[in-house]
Amino acid sequence: MSILSITNLRLRRGEREILRGVNASVASGELVALMGLSGGGKTTVLRCVAALETFEDGAIDVGGVMLRPGPPPSRPIMRDLRTRVGMVFQLHYLFEHLSVMNNVTLAPVNVAHKLRADAERRAVELLDALGVAHRRNALPRELSGGEAQRVAIARAMAMEPPLLLMDEPTASLDPARRSELGETLVQLTSTGRTLVVTTHDDDFARDFATRVVILAEGEVVEQGDPREVLTNPQHEATKRLLQSARKASQA
Amino acid sequence: MKPIRGLLIVVAAMAFLSPARADDKVLRWGGDAEGGAPFVEADPNDPLILRGFDVEVAEQIARGLGRRPEFHQVGFADIDQSVQRGDFDIGMSGVEDTPARRRMLAATIPYFEFHEVLTMRAEDRGKFSTLAALRGRRVGTLGGTIAYERLLAAEKSDGVIVVSYDDDVHPYADLRAGRLDAVLLDNIIAVRSMRRVPGLWTEPQPVATGHYIGVLATANTKFRDQINDVLRARMRDGTLERIYRKWGIWDSYQPSFFASVLNADGNAKAAESKGPAQNLDVVLRYIPALLRASLITIALSCAAMGLAVFAGVFIASGRVYGSAPVRALLTIYVEVVRGTPVLLQLFVLYYGLSSVIRLPAFLAALLGLGLNYAAYESEIYRGALEAVPRGQLEAARTLGLSEAQVLRLVRGPQAFRIALAPMTNDFVALLKDSSLVSVITVIELTKQTSIFAANIGSWVIPGILCAALYLVLSLPLSRLAGRLEDRWRAATE
Repeated sequence: MSILSITNLRLRRGEREILRGVNASVASGELVALMGLSGGGKTTVLRCVAALETFEDGAIDVGGVMLRPGPPPSRPIMRDLRTRVGMVFQLHYLFEHLSVMNNVTLAPVNVAHKLRADAERRAVELLDALGVAHRRNALPRELSGGEAQRVAIARAMAMEPPLLLMDEPTASLDPARRSELGETLVQLTSTGRTLVVTTHDDDFARDFATRVVILAEGEVVEQGDPREVLTNPQHEATKRLLQSARKASQA
Repeated sequence: MKPIRGLLIVVAAMAFLSPARADDKVLRWGGDAEGGAPFVEADPNDPLILRGFDVEVAEQIARGLGRRPEFHQVGFADIDQSVQRGDFDIGMSGVEDTPARRRMLAATIPYFEFHEVLTMRAEDRGKFSTLAALRGRRVGTLGGTIAYERLLAAEKSDGVIVVSYDDDVHPYADLRAGRLDAVLLDNIIAVRSMRRVPGLWTEPQPVATGHYIGVLATANTKFRDQINDVLRARMRDGTLERIYRKWGIWDSYQPSFFASVLNADGNAKAAESKGPAQNLDVVLRYIPALLRASLITIALSCAAMGLAVFAGVFIASGRVYGSAPVRALLTIYVEVVRGTPVLLQLFVLYYGLSSVIRLPAFLAALLGLGLNYAAYESEIYRGALEAVPRGQLEAARTLGLSEAQVLRLVRGPQAFRIALAPMTNDFVALLKDSSLVSVITVIELTKQTSIFAANIGSWVIPGILCAALYLVLSLPLSRLAGRLEDRWRAATE
């Protein structure tokens, strides 16, 4: 069953066509790696799904909530959308003025109207599962990059969205941390969540993703089983992507 | 008598020359043309021409010395300091004969006798014939005058409430408007004001008697004696009487006053003691008043800042989130308030609107300063709101927070942290700007200091005390601002 379906998504900013008709579908329980060279439109696709960007043409169906071209969706549609999709940003964007605990409980208390005690109990569970419960009283600026990322995941998970978008979670992690993150994400899918993750890292995609989607110059050029696609690339853009990844890892 | 032509132009040219310039062809005399008729005023038909009985007395003195009179404009309250530092030779526009002046300066013989009289609304005629009848009532006068001193004494003995003004026009306007119950001032001023403001009545029985004198720098006693000779001669030959009759200020008191001045040759000189009397006693007497005035300054600054913060938050939110007309309206407000002097805003609020709404002075001061600073605060908040990174807002939105919640829970608190240090700096500035409200009769620290200085005839000790009090108030705030700034910098690095 498809939890996310993107049809012919087009987006331009001024003269630049950023997305030229993206088509993709994600089934419930998948861990999809969205790959492509920088500037290929990966992040923009995520931002469109989270309704942080408007687009010119096409449609996005997030578990029954339809996003259409034109101005930002109305408030009721937005509310529905927020219950279905969460997002973890590349730079985390933890709320600088709130402790780790309050970062995680802000939305459950104010949006889902949970009791603070319940929200905090759940927050401790999430932080514990991600290995950062001991940092619950720290401020974001006191966290390491890896800790901040896990807090950001906990914050998004606290609203229990069935679909979680993650932008470049592997970007600033060393290999050990990377496989730790991969295992965490696999665990999340095993509890019924669906993940769409943008990444440059083909090893990460090979080891943890159930499917890879290659985006180049605003279009999906290739997709399928990560091991197949990334071992035996058919499209020129995929080959270039792998070459640049190899260069980066040798450097 | 011909009015003195073109003198104001000369004054403008004089501004570029050294004030200490000595020239025995001219008599430089200082006065306040804002004081108006019958003292010194600009001719309504030709504002470059001065007229008034003080103008004519000065002309007579100059002629008697074989000199040409040259007028120097000076604020009424600054005549003493200005003549002492040599800006002009003699100060004389309704300058009162007081012991403090005689101590500080070389005073001429008195040349006119006036009386402090009580003016009230016509419907109160007969009700307040003495100060004692004004217990618990508001009585206005010009600050730093004999009338003011008399009222301060009555504040203690008769429980009147003293309201001090910087000029002698607004007390009568405020009396008519009901802000005051009586005004105590020179009979000349009372007569003139009753012509301007209808519906007033002046009690004929004087409360006190005073004299107008000319003042010179202490070093100029010889010159002062020459001037005294001229004045006595003009009293004897009837020239002064003719001038006073022309200006309608000759009255039954003057003949005996002239006689006593002419008989008391040299008495004035004998009464003088040299040097300022700045003994500890005088200073100590003023300290409670200064402390009380500091409390006014603190209360006013805190309340005005509270209002500025409250209104500033609304203006900033309106300018960031509001519809186009709301944004335009608020932008106009901010630009008008920031683009015009706060002094003007205070005047408009207190005097300009008095026919529509009669604000008490403290409330007008609070509103004036608060609404003025609100414009500045709103700019700080707007900048701070816009400085909150977009990522913070997007993260909040993806969690499902409504725009109002984003503002209340994320954007606002973060902007507040950014705004805190510049806000504290503004509070320090407001503390000092609060001295402006003395123009609308609120006696705060600076005003009390200038009263103090006028009474002891020196700015040195009052100035130091006043500066020390301001520093005690502002230094902790400045340090707090610095600390907050450091903390925020550390937090964002």
